[in-house]
Amino acid sequence: MKDFYVTIGLEVHCQLLTQAKMFCRCSTDYIGKEPNTLICPVCTGLPGALPVLNRRVLELAIRTALALRCEILPQVVFHRKNYFYPDLPKGYQISQYDFPIGVRGIVEFVSGGSKKRVRIKRVHVEEDAGKLIHEGPSLPWNSSGVDFNRCGIPLVEIVTEPDLRSPEEARDYLIMLRSIVRYIGASDGNMEEGSLRCDANVSVSRDVETLGTKVEVKNMNSFRSVFRALQYEIDRQKALLEKELPILQETRHWDETRDITVAARGKEEAEDYRYFPDPDLLPFSIEPKDLEEIAKTIPELPLERKERFMVEYELPEGEAGVLVQEKEVADFFEECLKEFHKPRMLCNWMLTEVLKNLNELEINITESKISPSNLAELLKLVDKREISGTIAKGILEEMFKTGGRVKEIIARKGISFITNERELEKIVRETIEKNPQSVADYLSGKEKALHFLIGQVMKVTRGQADPELAKNLLLKELNSGE
Amino acid sequence: MGDLVSFRDFTIKDYHGRLQKGEFSVEELVKMFLERIERVDGLIHAFLSLDSERVEKRARELQEKKPQGELPPLWGIPIAIKDNICVKDLPTTCGSKMLHNFIAPYDATVMERLKAAGALIIGKTNMDEFAMGSSTENSAFGPTRNPLDLARVPGGSSGGSAAALSALEAPLALGSDTGGSVRQPAAFCGVVGLRPTYGRVSRYGLVSFASSLDQIGSMSRKVEDCITLFEVLSGSDDRDSTCAPYPPFSRREIPPEEEITRIKVGIPKEYFSSGVDRSIVKSIEEVFHLLRKRGIECVEVSLPHTECALEAYYIVAPAEASSNLARYDGVFYGLRSEGDTLQEMYSHTRTNGFGREVKRRIILGTYALSSGYYDEYYLKGMKVRTLVRKDFEEAFQTCQLLLTPVSPCFPFLLGERTMDPYQMYLADVFTIPSAMAGIPGISINCGYHDHLPIGLQILGKPFEEGWIFGLALLIEKLLSLPSPLPHLESRKGSEQ
Repeated sequence: MKDFYVTIGLEVHCQLLTQAKMFCRCSTDYIGKEPNTLICPVCTGLPGALPVLNRRVLELAIRTALALRCEILPQVVFHRKNYFYPDLPKGYQISQYDFPIGVRGIVEFVSGGSKKRVRIKRVHVEEDAGKLIHEGPSLPWNSSGVDFNRCGIPLVEIVTEPDLRSPEEARDYLIMLRSIVRYIGASDGNMEEGSLRCDANVSVSRDVETLGTKVEVKNMNSFRSVFRALQYEIDRQKALLEKELPILQETRHWDETRDITVAARGKEEAEDYRYFPDPDLLPFSIEPKDLEEIAKTIPELPLERKERFMVEYELPEGEAGVLVQEKEVADFFEECLKEFHKPRMLCNWMLTEVLKNLNELEINITESKISPSNLAELLKLVDKREISGTIAKGILEEMFKTGGRVKEIIARKGISFITNERELEKIVRETIEKNPQSVADYLSGKEKALHFLIGQVMKVTRGQADPELAKNLLLKELNSGE
Repeated sequence: MGDLVSFRDFTIKDYHGRLQKGEFSVEELVKMFLERIERVDGLIHAFLSLDSERVEKRARELQEKKPQGELPPLWGIPIAIKDNICVKDLPTTCGSKMLHNFIAPYDATVMERLKAAGALIIGKTNMDEFAMGSSTENSAFGPTRNPLDLARVPGGSSGGSAAALSALEAPLALGSDTGGSVRQPAAFCGVVGLRPTYGRVSRYGLVSFASSLDQIGSMSRKVEDCITLFEVLSGSDDRDSTCAPYPPFSRREIPPEEEITRIKVGIPKEYFSSGVDRSIVKSIEEVFHLLRKRGIECVEVSLPHTECALEAYYIVAPAEASSNLARYDGVFYGLRSEGDTLQEMYSHTRTNGFGREVKRRIILGTYALSSGYYDEYYLKGMKVRTLVRKDFEEAFQTCQLLLTPVSPCFPFLLGERTMDPYQMYLADVFTIPSAMAGIPGISINCGYHDHLPIGLQILGKPFEEGWIFGLALLIEKLLSLPSPLPHLESRKGSEQ
């Protein structure tokens, strides 16, 4: 069987994190709001209303383009993209056309263990549309409604060149892109809530020289669905090629429940959007001075940071990668390091215990009640073997729930330190005496019995013993014995 | 108390004098105009809607809180508003069936300014649908008639506002000028109409026809009032990005008469071609004669791209209109004609909601923006626009102001040009180039031929309305023509 060559390009829309919409002063905080409560004459396209650009949009878009290593075009021009749809109240979308904010960028990311790069074709800004509602308490039977709350929220569109070769690469690029836009505070990149949306162009060819027929896949609402949709679509196209059946150039929707892509209904002819410069918004130029100011606001980006962590803190690539994915987590890590200087140990705790607690509470690290100092304080005790790891985990959990400092929790919970070897030796000896069967099992070669004995020691000490110490003492006692 | 007929030459200053002296109250003044409308508007149809109750109430409130000392510039003065400018809680139909039921939920920036200046909005005036037309015959609610000759059109698209002024139904009015829609009806009705520099008056709340050309214009019976109104309307607005960051116009910008008499005035030869009615040319030449006598030098200049300005306009304006009018889709407000599918609903709504001329221009504009035609039409139209602008820049190198006819023809008969859009378009041939260039211009009456008024246009450099007003005041004084006063009452019985 001959080889297949897969080519994927992604178009990502991110909602920009502005307080006000793109061309009016309505709030962008629309999640969970009653329909049509965040609207005004401008964002609902009432006769006579005019758009005025929210300058913050431009700032965040430029920041995004710079972070994606784009060239910034000196002129800002808005175009109208004309088409009819009920969620588009003006009959056109204010977007950008031949003068996007940035062009020719590059994103580097790691996929399948090696470093990949994808070229960014363009980064431009445009306004979001409203949302059609097909069911709801206020809707008459057999009718649909439009909620304009989302209408006019600023979006940045990031278009790649067709440089991606597999669903894995597409997913990993997307994860990196999300990480970047979150790092720079441009977007919260939440796919489930729709603040990051992804469309893909996929083609499969049997010939490395020529591209196959391009199929657009839409409606993918999570990293997982991007991966699965692309995988499905590639398999579908391969199957068609193998049967020598034609692949139609079309738009297909990912059907999450059925796990397939479905051809979108509607007209097949290419739509003519009749782009022209919006006469309501005059073109203007970006001052080099402003550009410099914006460039200064871009922090160290995830990939650079990962590489620094690997060198500076001698962290393995995998761990460093996870640690830097969220800027706040990496910041927390570095903050904590100032007081607790063991990066490997801290990294382990961050990636297991801290992330586990965050996931359970469904919060991010900045929302948590624990500070880097708190964690440092706790880990110092563990490191000095003043408390056991098990105890520390319990304390950490408590800290996440109630806040408070390590010492306070220890006092409140009545946890006493059992670090006194002699005290523990006594408990170890008692345990051996009480469990002759296990001792016999161990001595006859059953390793498992040792774990049972350790467990008994921990039980007696209500988990306050250092299990490592308990184990050593047990071994010492057992091997010296009878 | 007197009656409006004896106020024919009153300015705001005169009304304010009487109000101050207590000869009549604001409420009485408003009632005089409302009664006049009641008596004569059946013949003219200048108004699409009146706000009688509220305006009387507001008049009483104003009178009760009459300020001590100097009055706000438009205090107690009724004003008629073209029906494409949003006034909160009033209908804003744009002369279209599409918006027959649309009540504006907000005030245009100019409305806020008018209200703050004490003006009283008496009603909304008739217009060509979405301001597309030169005769007000394209209104979905029936045409307006020229008060000076009821068989004739008042011009357009601000025909309702011009006619209301001419018929003394209002002392002030707002119009909008995209290619001449303030100046041409002002000329046809013998009143004053200013098209400001593009960007001098906020467009926020003016229903867009062609965004890069639309400007709200001040209309009045006397130049003096036009100045006062323009002072109130002008100035930057952070709700309109195309509004220039300039302070409001001040009459202090008007040079004194001695300075006016020392300027050079340009006479663009293309505006006096064979296509212009000879009586109009003659009347305007008399003005040149008067000006020369006062020491003003009148020199011939050339604006070579005058003719193609009209053609470029009919690409650029419809192109923008095709996009601006896309919002009338039956979804959120205005007319909706149901259909079985979304496409059908759109199609029925727009088929039923728009009139012929609007459809013609939407199709024209859609075509001009289509891929493959964009460069050939829209882009070329924009290039011509640059050439037209350069024509004016060139001309203004040698002269301070330009003097031209407003229209090549007299007010035509109703129905005379409705079947021939190109003839209709030609009515704007002298107002379009300056609109394309974004420069200011005023239309003032400079005489009559029989009973039909002749409009004189003064064009100036961008943001130099002061010079235009200066010359307009001088010409008005030199000509000392009476303001129009059509005798309409006597005919009321027979016509209704």
